[in-house]
Amino acid sequence: MAFITASWNPLGDAFYRKTDLYEMSWSLRDGLRDSLVAAAPYGGPIALLREPQRRSPSSRPQLEIYSASGGTVASFPWKSGPVVQLGWTVSDELLCIQEDGTVLIYDLFGSFKRHFSMGQEVVQSQVMEAKVFHSPYGTGIAIVTSSSRFTLATNIDDLKLRRLPEVPGLQGKPSCWVVLTQDRQTKVLLSNGPELFILDNTSCTVVCPPGLSPQDGNIVHMSVSFSYKYLALLTDSGHLWTGLSTLQEKLSDVDTKKTMAPKQMLWCRRPKSQQPSVVLMWDRLLLVVGVCNETIQYPSNFTSEHVQIHFRYPIEDPCVLVGEMDGVRIISSSNQELLQEVPLVCQDIFKIASMAPGALLLEAHREYEKSSQKADEYLREIKEQSMLGEAVRQCVEAAGHEYDTNTQKSLMRAASFGKCFLTDFSPDQFVTTCRELRVLNAVRDSSVGLPLTHTQFKQLTLQVLIDRLVYRQFYPLAIEVCRYLKIPDYQGVSRVLKHWASCKVQQKDLTDDAIARAVCMKVGDSPGVSYSDIAAKAYECGRAELAIKLLDFEARSGEQVPLLLKMKRSQLALSKAVESGDTDLVYTVVSYLKNEMNRGDFFMTLRNQPVALSLYRQFCKLQEQETLKDLYNQDDDHQELANYYVTASYREKRLEGRLSLLQSAVDEYNKAKNEFAVKTTEDEMRLLRFQRKLDDEKGAGLLGLSLQVTMETLLSLGLHKQAEQLYKDFRVPDKRYWWLKLKSLAEKEEWDELEKFSKSKKSPIGYLAFVEVCIKCNNKYEAKKYVSKVTPEQKVKAHLAVGDLEGAADAAIERRNEAEIGAVLSRCSASNSLVIERLNRARAAIAKK
Amino acid sequence: MMRLRRSHLICCAASKEKMAAHLSYGRVNLNILREAARKELREFLDKCAGSKAIVWDEYLTGPFGLIAQYSLLKEHEVEKMFTLKNGRLPPADVKNIIFFVRPRLELMDIIADNITSEDRHHSSRDFHILFVPRRSMLCEQRLKEQGVLASFINIDEYILDLIPYDGDLLSMEYESAFRECYLENDQTSLYHTAKGLMTLQALYGTIPQIYGKGECARLVANMMLRMKREFAGSQNQILPVFDTLLLLDRNVDLLTPLATQLTYEGLIDEIYGISNGYVKLPPEKFAQKKQGEGSKDLPTEPKKLQLNSAEELYAEIRDKNFNAVGAALSKKAKIISAAFEERHNAKTVGEIKQFVSQLPHMQAARSSLANHTSIAELIKDITSAYIIQCFPIKSHYVNTYIEDCIAQKDPLIKILRLVCMQSVCNNGLKHKVMDYYKREILQTYGYEHILTLNNLEKAGLLKPQTGSRNNYPTIRKTLKLWMEDANEQNPNDISYVYSGYSPLSIRLTQILARPGWRSIEEVLKMLPGPHFEERQQLPSGLHKKRQQGENRTTLVFFLGGVTYAEIAALRFLSQVEDSGMEYVIATTKLINGTTWIKSLMDRPESPTQ
Repeated sequence: MAFITASWNPLGDAFYRKTDLYEMSWSLRDGLRDSLVAAAPYGGPIALLREPQRRSPSSRPQLEIYSASGGTVASFPWKSGPVVQLGWTVSDELLCIQEDGTVLIYDLFGSFKRHFSMGQEVVQSQVMEAKVFHSPYGTGIAIVTSSSRFTLATNIDDLKLRRLPEVPGLQGKPSCWVVLTQDRQTKVLLSNGPELFILDNTSCTVVCPPGLSPQDGNIVHMSVSFSYKYLALLTDSGHLWTGLSTLQEKLSDVDTKKTMAPKQMLWCRRPKSQQPSVVLMWDRLLLVVGVCNETIQYPSNFTSEHVQIHFRYPIEDPCVLVGEMDGVRIISSSNQELLQEVPLVCQDIFKIASMAPGALLLEAHREYEKSSQKADEYLREIKEQSMLGEAVRQCVEAAGHEYDTNTQKSLMRAASFGKCFLTDFSPDQFVTTCRELRVLNAVRDSSVGLPLTHTQFKQLTLQVLIDRLVYRQFYPLAIEVCRYLKIPDYQGVSRVLKHWASCKVQQKDLTDDAIARAVCMKVGDSPGVSYSDIAAKAYECGRAELAIKLLDFEARSGEQVPLLLKMKRSQLALSKAVESGDTDLVYTVVSYLKNEMNRGDFFMTLRNQPVALSLYRQFCKLQEQETLKDLYNQDDDHQELANYYVTASYREKRLEGRLSLLQSAVDEYNKAKNEFAVKTTEDEMRLLRFQRKLDDEKGAGLLGLSLQVTMETLLSLGLHKQAEQLYKDFRVPDKRYWWLKLKSLAEKEEWDELEKFSKSKKSPIGYLAFVEVCIKCNNKYEAKKYVSKVTPEQKVKAHLAVGDLEGAADAAIERRNEAEIGAVLSRCSASNSLVIERLNRARAAIAKK
Repeated sequence: MMRLRRSHLICCAASKEKMAAHLSYGRVNLNILREAARKELREFLDKCAGSKAIVWDEYLTGPFGLIAQYSLLKEHEVEKMFTLKNGRLPPADVKNIIFFVRPRLELMDIIADNITSEDRHHSSRDFHILFVPRRSMLCEQRLKEQGVLASFINIDEYILDLIPYDGDLLSMEYESAFRECYLENDQTSLYHTAKGLMTLQALYGTIPQIYGKGECARLVANMMLRMKREFAGSQNQILPVFDTLLLLDRNVDLLTPLATQLTYEGLIDEIYGISNGYVKLPPEKFAQKKQGEGSKDLPTEPKKLQLNSAEELYAEIRDKNFNAVGAALSKKAKIISAAFEERHNAKTVGEIKQFVSQLPHMQAARSSLANHTSIAELIKDITSAYIIQCFPIKSHYVNTYIEDCIAQKDPLIKILRLVCMQSVCNNGLKHKVMDYYKREILQTYGYEHILTLNNLEKAGLLKPQTGSRNNYPTIRKTLKLWMEDANEQNPNDISYVYSGYSPLSIRLTQILARPGWRSIEEVLKMLPGPHFEERQQLPSGLHKKRQQGENRTTLVFFLGGVTYAEIAALRFLSQVEDSGMEYVIATTKLINGTTWIKSLMDRPESPTQ
């Protein structure tokens, strides 16, 4: 194992290692000297601005963007003002903070996205220093101006500038400062000579870290850990104080004997670090200083022989350190390395003479490959301790932490070998690690340049990794990853395609048709890809025609509408809304059109969309009666127009108004060639006039009643002549009139009048009706008068109605009708034995024949 | 403003367990749908933290009663309920005021009025709106115009399209669906229908086969297929419960609802009107007989009864022809009294214990029997006078009959049902006859009905005869719609539900199952609108492996309404042993001839005096 541990350096109980990540593929003429460099954590991109202070317009500085492996992504001359600081946001956007407080945001490919200012006050006093920081709220910016005032923005996507209070006694910029995020609050920690201040929203407090006295010198450098939990302070006497960032506890205190301020100082830790350290970098030296907690006494002299608590690397080139959650990346002009504490599990396996189960398993597998029986011995040894499961787990876990693919393979093979001897061992961890390693190896490749460790990957999550691949436009790789890890299309492939398409529509060198075709071919019916989103993007880029072509692919017609409206394609929007079947959407477009267009055009547009037109009519019926009329008018829909007038006439209180509306209805019915309606409407007008006349003369209260009810009322008022007149004028059918008069007279018990009426001519409703109505009015005597007049078919019924059983029996027998005989029989009671006998006889007689 | 009557919701709460249970008796467990709806309601209520008062769009209380009772609302801190009315909201010491409304502009105006008059008095109350079944930009726009939109903390929608009514019955309770589709060319109801069917499929699996007949059916199917494409990503992984969906336009069969339903449930609906599973009956027959001086305190409040399959006896007799109900009731009476007699035979303690344990069930059965005997008596008294004879045989006879009815000033709706029926059966009325009827109606019932008549003509219920051939006899004969010898007691054909007339709609359903529509291609062409078949791809692995003899399930969706008699006919088909098909029924609204015609009427408002 010597070759693996060769690059290990002991530090305290633990080891540190440097792993080669890349030979940088960039070719920097002047190395990293005199350049502003910003490299994002999690293997993010690197931005480089050469000689940022150069102001001559003739030779503008060049802003270059590289992938972490040094691959060129973008390069362009910097045309804006002098830049103080570069930084990256969590979504891989480049922040360029200018001297005048303007912050310009570029995407990964160097296209300008937007800008904002860090406040008016900055414009005069200028930014002296700036820092970009990350917190759970997003990416933030802190600046200090030449008037020694700090301004903070915790989230640049939701910009809220906070100007922090003045720091007493501070002239110019502080000697050093950091941004801290604690208890959901963002604060600035700064030093001015030997003094340390905490600056929050409201106050500036002097603080004294425990165990650091002013005699230790001025604080010249400070660093806070990736998690904001730990703080390191370096004094000009070379004293390195480390502790919690709450400043409530000291971890250690080391004399570095270096009085020169380092160029960079960073924490180097990992989750569950055994031996965290602070990395200091000078021009030619990298010093890793171990931090121990105070219970272990370390000699203050770091050349001690028993416990190594620091080590040094010489460096040739100017370098840049990038803090990661589990180490520090060291970027030089030629190569890139990862410095980190060796994970415990790797120490266990690879430490010389380790007897950890994982180490034994690895050895066992190695012997097995050599076909040596020693394999069995090692295996036995593990199995005797019942540690095989643990051994497999160790190998799998260690493989995750290794960067070298050969080491990964040998560890995974060993794990796989060990697994064969286990029953009931869940393969999940093994399978997952295999898959994840494959993905990691793919993205670590120099051509992609995302040097993520497994720990970082877990923290970053797969979703974000895919996003980052997408930002870098590695679409095919992103899709491969999604497919390989079987991510549901919604979160995986579709999301990638969506980004791809949004990017595709911006390609200026392709025709609309070509792009639309390409997008359609790739995206097809992929679930969750919204063509309207893609179209919106195309529209944003000023390609309206392309947007319309793309919208055609959108399955959800509803989704097309808002964009079409925005693009002022209102006709198309309307037809899409209609197509969607969502009437609310149609209404929305209609009401939009109504406000946008003049009335004539609006009506014309609706005319071509019957569904929209009828919906609008409905709306008008409820809300805008007048408009309704105009609509019908425009369509020459006379029938509906007439109906409209009829409806309107009922809202009219004055008779004259009512009549004139009805007259309009008549005119329209005429145009609609609806003769029936013309006739009946004219009748109605006639009736209304008649009613008004009588109301005026007799106070009869007739207005608005139906013809039938009018006649009823007239009869009950004894106005027979007038009723008669209506009957004749309106050609009321005889039958109905006779019924009406019969009932009315009977109700008023005008029996003589009734008799006279019955004799006025032959009754069109027969005489049974007379009988029944009289009976209903409880007048048997009158009823009997009409029995004789009833037709033979109704005789029996009539007799029965007046309760004359004998008569009924006579009639039935005379008619020799069995059914009628039965009907009479059913009405007989025991006392009518004579009748019953007669009827039975008759029935028998009929039956005989 | 009146306090909303809680009695309705409270009495549901009492029978909560039962109520939920009967939905799961059927072939398809419709309780899943109800539970999904309840869950969504709870989630919304919890969004508004603290005590609440609900202001109801009164139309919604009925349908909501089928989903959630007052107890559920109470659990979620609903303390008061009011009906939506103009003016100031009544005082209530609550944190939240929630409006439950349909998305209608006129309701928005009332809400705006509520809020503007509120502000001055209480400023601390939070307002929310829950739109049922869908939120509407138009309504929000109106609230914005009225300047109150910003007063709302939550504006949400409660997607309640299909409401489970019974173990095999879903209704949208969308009253105006038919009118909107055929008079107003407004497809809103169809959109909701399609959405509702999508929700249903999300819970019960994709329905692999869709058949349909009619314009609206075609539109709904198109919308469904489009919506399916829109959701292409989320493959539905539920094993399909329904094998087939049949979409039927009401206008394919206009005749059936016009005739009087002759099943027990149908007649209750025709005479008293069943609304959201409840019927209100005249109280006289239900007076408690025990009290000696009972006559004095006869109840004056109508008797309210819940009608659904949770009641064993009702489930048994609801779909019988009314003429067979008497016999069924007396048989039941015998069984029950025999059961009570059992107590004399109970000798041992064990036997007595068993008897006592059955007692509550028996008592429930007895009171159920008493109720239905009373209802049957009520109906019997009325039917002789009431029933609309459905089979006009000779037209001159019909003419006279209708003429007499008008002369007697029978209810207008009855006249309209008769006239329309004659028109539909004869492919229109002779010009002279039609004008005569119309004139008679206008003279007798008032000129304002000219608008209603116009509507009926537009909907195709009333039309003049044109030169074209009358297809109805062919349809009638091919589909065997008129059965001379309907067996009302032990039916062998669906025609028993109208004592000899088979609803065309149900005959189409029956033929679809066997032998298939291909056999009646000619007739289908005579009926209005296209007929079609669509298939929806199922993900592999979800294809049903049918057991030998396992029935298929069809969801029949009536667009524009369905009658209880048609439902009865479908239940009859489900029960026929060798049919191999079970039916679940869905509709926009449960209708009868009266409610249906009423929905097509227009009454111009006269000026207020």
